[in-house]
Amino acid sequence: MRKFFVLTAMFFLFSPFTAAAGMSADEVVHRANLVSYYGGDDGKALAKMTITDAQGRKRIREFVILRRDEKDGGDQNFYIYFKRPSDVRKMVFMVHKHVKGDDDRWLYLAKLDLVKRIAASDKRTSFVGSNFFYEDVSGRGEGEDTHKIAKEDDKYYVIDNIPKDPAAVEFVSYRVWIRKKDFMPKKAEYTDKQGRIYRVVEALEIKDIQGIPTVTRSRVKDLNSGGQTVSEFKDIRYNIGLKNSIFTERYLRRPPREARR
Amino acid sequence: MRTRCIPLVVTAALLLGAASPAMASVQALQDRIYDVTGVDAAGFVETRIGTRTDRDQDEKRESIEEARIQLDLGRDFGWALARLKTDFVADGVGEVVSTELREANLQFSPLAWMDVKAGRQILTWGTGDLLFINDMFPKDWESFFIGRDDENLKAPSDAVKASVFSDALNLDFVWTPVMEGSVYIDGSRISYYNSVLGRLAGRDYVFADDERNQFVRDSEFALRASKIVSGVELAMYGYYGFWKTPEGLEFIPLPTLFYPRLAEWGASARGQFGGGIVNVEAGYYDSLEDSSGADPFVRNSEIRFLAGFERELARNFTGGFQYYLEWMQDYSAYEANMPAGMPARDEYRHLLTMRLTKMLLQQNLRLSIFCYYSPSDHDYYFRPKANYKVNDQWTVEGGVNIFGGRDDYTFWGQFEDNTNVYLSARYGF
Repeated sequence: MRKFFVLTAMFFLFSPFTAAAGMSADEVVHRANLVSYYGGDDGKALAKMTITDAQGRKRIREFVILRRDEKDGGDQNFYIYFKRPSDVRKMVFMVHKHVKGDDDRWLYLAKLDLVKRIAASDKRTSFVGSNFFYEDVSGRGEGEDTHKIAKEDDKYYVIDNIPKDPAAVEFVSYRVWIRKKDFMPKKAEYTDKQGRIYRVVEALEIKDIQGIPTVTRSRVKDLNSGGQTVSEFKDIRYNIGLKNSIFTERYLRRPPREARR
Repeated sequence: MRTRCIPLVVTAALLLGAASPAMASVQALQDRIYDVTGVDAAGFVETRIGTRTDRDQDEKRESIEEARIQLDLGRDFGWALARLKTDFVADGVGEVVSTELREANLQFSPLAWMDVKAGRQILTWGTGDLLFINDMFPKDWESFFIGRDDENLKAPSDAVKASVFSDALNLDFVWTPVMEGSVYIDGSRISYYNSVLGRLAGRDYVFADDERNQFVRDSEFALRASKIVSGVELAMYGYYGFWKTPEGLEFIPLPTLFYPRLAEWGASARGQFGGGIVNVEAGYYDSLEDSSGADPFVRNSEIRFLAGFERELARNFTGGFQYYLEWMQDYSAYEANMPAGMPARDEYRHLLTMRLTKMLLQQNLRLSIFCYYSPSDHDYYFRPKANYKVNDQWTVEGGVNIFGGRDDYTFWGQFEDNTNVYLSARYGF
């Protein structure tokens, strides 16, 4: 009897891993989505993007990113406060991400004191001139693609994803490598109409922060243009008790303490 | 040294400075200032030149010729945020060197649910794109028409803004103790239709206005109540003060413009629809000094309305479209009292706007055009512009302000001789 309890306990303790063998592609993608975008109940990071074009010219974007989840895998809010360069300084980009329906997005232009509403349709356009897309920052809806396990080894699930609405995106499909041990996506390759891989997103460094696996360095390579962007994240903290009121017009005009230095 | 040379000297200094290694250490200096004093310093150095494309007998050939240095200082005191933003301007057309204080304010939260911003500040609200109905804060139209940066369209106010936040409703209240008018077209820099002379005029007839400068008596009050209901931003507005441009004319002792009293109230809504953003806004302008509409020298009451739609048309290409209406109230009283020979306005002024923006070269090149076109006045104002970010510090910009129309007394038509081209280079830090 005692042995049975130990066995049961072990089973539950390791269930994500043991059960993983029989996981469906949708389940893997769901877990990966939680790990990538829902670490902790809220979080903060200082991001630095280095954009390098084909000629080797570099541009820098520095911003603070605040995130708060309504619930894991559900709606969430993002607040992005720009520090550098000077032409975007004090600009705020705010997203109310909805799992069902379009996201609500705002841009606050500090020098005009203007709160601008932006349409949610253009999610796959460059995020502030980088090779990252808006969608890379806030996540792509799980239901927007069909998922299939292409292959599986002892380290990775390899998932092929096909968009349900091909007209809304620039890719035909993309393949993601997801680490088995913690469901962290390691790499994604996007394929165009000609069947060529033209875009690669990669987690270059994954660290454990407050017990949560966290990407601290990532890179997007645009193989068509020859440009790339590296994002580095510092001062990462989870569960800092962000209030929901931060994600309102009030704090667009007056950045919260958490977003300032 | 003549003032007119200063912009050229600054340009030369900018070009030399760009090549020097000193510029690279600006960021290190900013970090050092922050570490030692807690002051967050930023700003830019800019030079901007422009010329009229047609010969305007009433104005100088040059439309803009200036060097501008902006210093933007901020400090976080914990209990308050302090801000000081100043432009130092050498204006070759006006032949003056001046200091423009754009912001000098304190922002603090006396209560958990209340924010206060006091001092000189830039204020704006409402949903229109370069059309303002319920936004009764001062604008600098002259800067807008001669091709200064968009930032300059918003003129500062010396005011106190108090905002109260709750789940039910957010309230903003702005008190401007002494009325701040807009920078309107008075002839000094841009020629216009002069209704006294019955012809176009410029530097030969710069209108004088009777400034509203009595503390408290000439106060302005603006109020907004707002709320988001399932993703739709709803707002109601109220204003008590004056027409922001001098819409009154008195003749004794000399023809002088003045700012008649005005009350305004309105509402707006903005939300997502059809893959884009839809906005609707309306307002009632109650011209208190001409409530019957019989005084031809004070602007009549009006109903204003706008509806707009903006969305992405293709990747990195967005389009915005608006319809705007000014509907003069008591039109028959206005018509009946018009002095003979003065061109009458229409009862309805319809205006359409279109904004197209194309981003190229990894968003470093922005090509845009904003068009105003009035089918009732048969006039237009087009603003094509190209903006290129050379790197994180340097931006160059060029554009054209094109005015035209069938008649020389309509809103845009009167500025036809002021069509101008401009170029600028800016180093931001």
